[in-house]
Amino acid sequence: MDQLSGGEMLIRALHDEGVDIVFGYPGGAVLHIYDAIFNQDKVEHILVRHEQAATHAADGYARSTGKPGVVLVTSGPGATNAVTGIATAYMDSIPMIVISGQVESRMIGTDGFQETDMVGISRPIVKHSFMVQEVKDIPHIIKKAFHIATTGRPGPVVIDIPKDATDPKQKEKYEYPKDLKLRSYAVPDKGHTGQIKKAVDALLLAKRPMIYSGGGAIQDNASEQLINFTQKLGFPITNTLMGLGAYPASNNQFLGMLGMHGTYEANMAMHHCDVLLCVGARFDDRVTNSDTSKFCPDATILHIDIDPASISKTVTADVPIVGAVAAVLEEMNDQIDKSDKEVDKQALKVWWDQIEKWREKDSLKVRPSDNGIIMPQEVVKAVFEITEGDAYVSSDVGQHQMFAAQYYGFDKPRRWINSGGLGTMGFGFPAAMGVQFAFPEAVSVCITGEGSFLMNQQEFATCMQYQLPIKIICLNNQALGMVKQWQDMQYGGRYSHSTYAESLPDFSKLAEAYGHVGIKIEKSDELYPKLEEAFALKDKLVFVDVQVDPNEHVYPMAVKGGAMKDMFLSKTERT
Amino acid sequence: MRHIISVLMENEPGALSRVVGLFSQRNYNIDSLTVAPTEDQSLSRLTVTTSGDDARIEQITKHLNKIIDVVKLVDLTEGAHIERELMLIKVKAAGAQRAEVKRSVDIFRGQIVDVTSNVFTIQLTGTGDKLDAFITALGDNVVLEVARSGVSGISRGEKTLAL
Ligand SMILES: Cc1ncc(C[n+]2csc(CCOP(=O)(O)OP(=O)(O)O)c2C)c(N)n1
Ligand SMILES: [Mg+2]
Repeated sequence: MDQLSGGEMLIRALHDEGVDIVFGYPGGAVLHIYDAIFNQDKVEHILVRHEQAATHAADGYARSTGKPGVVLVTSGPGATNAVTGIATAYMDSIPMIVISGQVESRMIGTDGFQETDMVGISRPIVKHSFMVQEVKDIPHIIKKAFHIATTGRPGPVVIDIPKDATDPKQKEKYEYPKDLKLRSYAVPDKGHTGQIKKAVDALLLAKRPMIYSGGGAIQDNASEQLINFTQKLGFPITNTLMGLGAYPASNNQFLGMLGMHGTYEANMAMHHCDVLLCVGARFDDRVTNSDTSKFCPDATILHIDIDPASISKTVTADVPIVGAVAAVLEEMNDQIDKSDKEVDKQALKVWWDQIEKWREKDSLKVRPSDNGIIMPQEVVKAVFEITEGDAYVSSDVGQHQMFAAQYYGFDKPRRWINSGGLGTMGFGFPAAMGVQFAFPEAVSVCITGEGSFLMNQQEFATCMQYQLPIKIICLNNQALGMVKQWQDMQYGGRYSHSTYAESLPDFSKLAEAYGHVGIKIEKSDELYPKLEEAFALKDKLVFVDVQVDPNEHVYPMAVKGGAMKDMFLSKTERT
Repeated sequence: MRHIISVLMENEPGALSRVVGLFSQRNYNIDSLTVAPTEDQSLSRLTVTTSGDDARIEQITKHLNKIIDVVKLVDLTEGAHIERELMLIKVKAAGAQRAEVKRSVDIFRGQIVDVTSNVFTIQLTGTGDKLDAFITALGDNVVLEVARSGVSGISRGEKTLAL
């Protein structure tokens, strides 16, 4: 058995847990740990330029691979800088381990230099947290932390380590625990067979069924089961912003995304359905619209979720099923195969005829532009075509994000990397780094807005250091477009602090200053050739600054306080 | 409706703050809270009284159960249970008042546990309602100080909250 210091234990335990990459930034409280990193070559450390970016990069890594992302930051400001990224991961149930340094144990509570109560600050935004008390506890804590972060409904776990617990002079026996017993933590796996039967019966009796699937289907790698299930029944399906890619967008049964900026057909089908099966989604207010009493008025609601607290939280479930999505869908598939009942084909045909009529409205039709002005939607469509729909696409928050979600048809899970729950501007670029580290050969695209990009632009330097060939497509509308859209729609067009055209940097030059390539696109006839040029530069980071129509809005858009069927379809048309 | 929820949790640093934090974070109210280790030193028992409709109480218990340190819990108000709270109360007791206060203490089956020439310190246990009733019975301008323990409870019969 090896004798290791706390710092060495930490790194060794990460390796034993299968971690090969850590995103971090050094400082006083973690110097012992950094020294332990220096002396080994099993776990790679990536030096970011801001701790927030470390968390988002780890998050992008986690979302694209399904493995937990790992972050290492120092105490005080290092830890507080990580908070936004932890909250982002928490809201979207992303497995993440955040190791934060802490002042020496004897200094805790004295307002020591760079002391912050990290366990306290992060408490409402973590699945769990640990404060290391003794060196010998480190292997066990790491084991527990990974188990908790990655099982059940995943989430971030913080491990706060006082500096003295990593002291190179204090060595203890190291052994990585093989098993773990946690009497207070049990993970539901299979659903209750009786409940599943109730749900299957309801589905087979449905006249106007609808499937609504979310991030849970992606987290549980349940795409295959979801596709089997949906195609076996022939039912229409929609995905949430978090669930895009779990069901292939190119399949005819897919009605597009639902919710605030969902398609007309998805939202209409939701409103009018008589049986709604929710698969790993949480009836978020961006889906239901704020007044849940108007939500799916005729529907019997069946809800599959691994987290019992998500069930009947905002919308009451008629048939709750607590369990892992993949296992539950599998059992549903079995029960359907064995059932002597069948789908009501006639009713389903009438329902599909209705849905096709809604579909004909073509709610994502792009308005033609005048004078060669580029429409933002066209940019996303072009990126989709050039990357053959096979890129990893991260995004930030705003209009560009919604355009990316609406127009890049995701056929595979874990390709759409997006801060859905917290809506964190500045997420996209570092998340794209995490994706690129996980998949060095893949195309990692960040579809961003100039406002969001400015929130983590310092990561240009990280990308140069590690030669990350990310393609940044900036839909530059010279404004906080989504804010401006709300101001147009609800505040009489008073643009209070949402425009800044005169002070924007020359983004191409900014990229070039860091040694990257910058391309500016201003006219629609340049769009394809220049985007192709950008994607042809396989081993370079390219920042593509696309000047788009600054007056465009995202549609459809839910009418505030309405039902899901209540939407604005354009500046002049409402359902 | 008022509910008494008893929670068995790991006797770990941070466990209590996670439970209390949950209530403020999700805008649930705490009417009273008691916590102490159990006969098993690795476990603490926390009892919280809160109120809300059924949906709210269901969310509260689900979220409590999600806290990693929480091992088990029970909503005592769902079944037959015994509820107790301890109150130490200091009251004015001079001259003619002394006999009258003593009478009230006897009626409520309390005990006078400390005496000065002007003050009685009384100990009383019972349900929250009983303690409230005692304070009311003492009348105005008598009470000097009140220390209440918060509600503790246990289910009747053979049902137990244990590992
Ligand atoms: C960190 C953060 N601050 C503020 C907001 C509120 N917000 C949402 S969208 C938006 C505008 C985003 O502007 P930009 O990135 O240029 O995207 P656009 O809407 O113009 O496409 C703002 C300020 C947010 N989501 N995140
Ligand atoms: Mg913008």
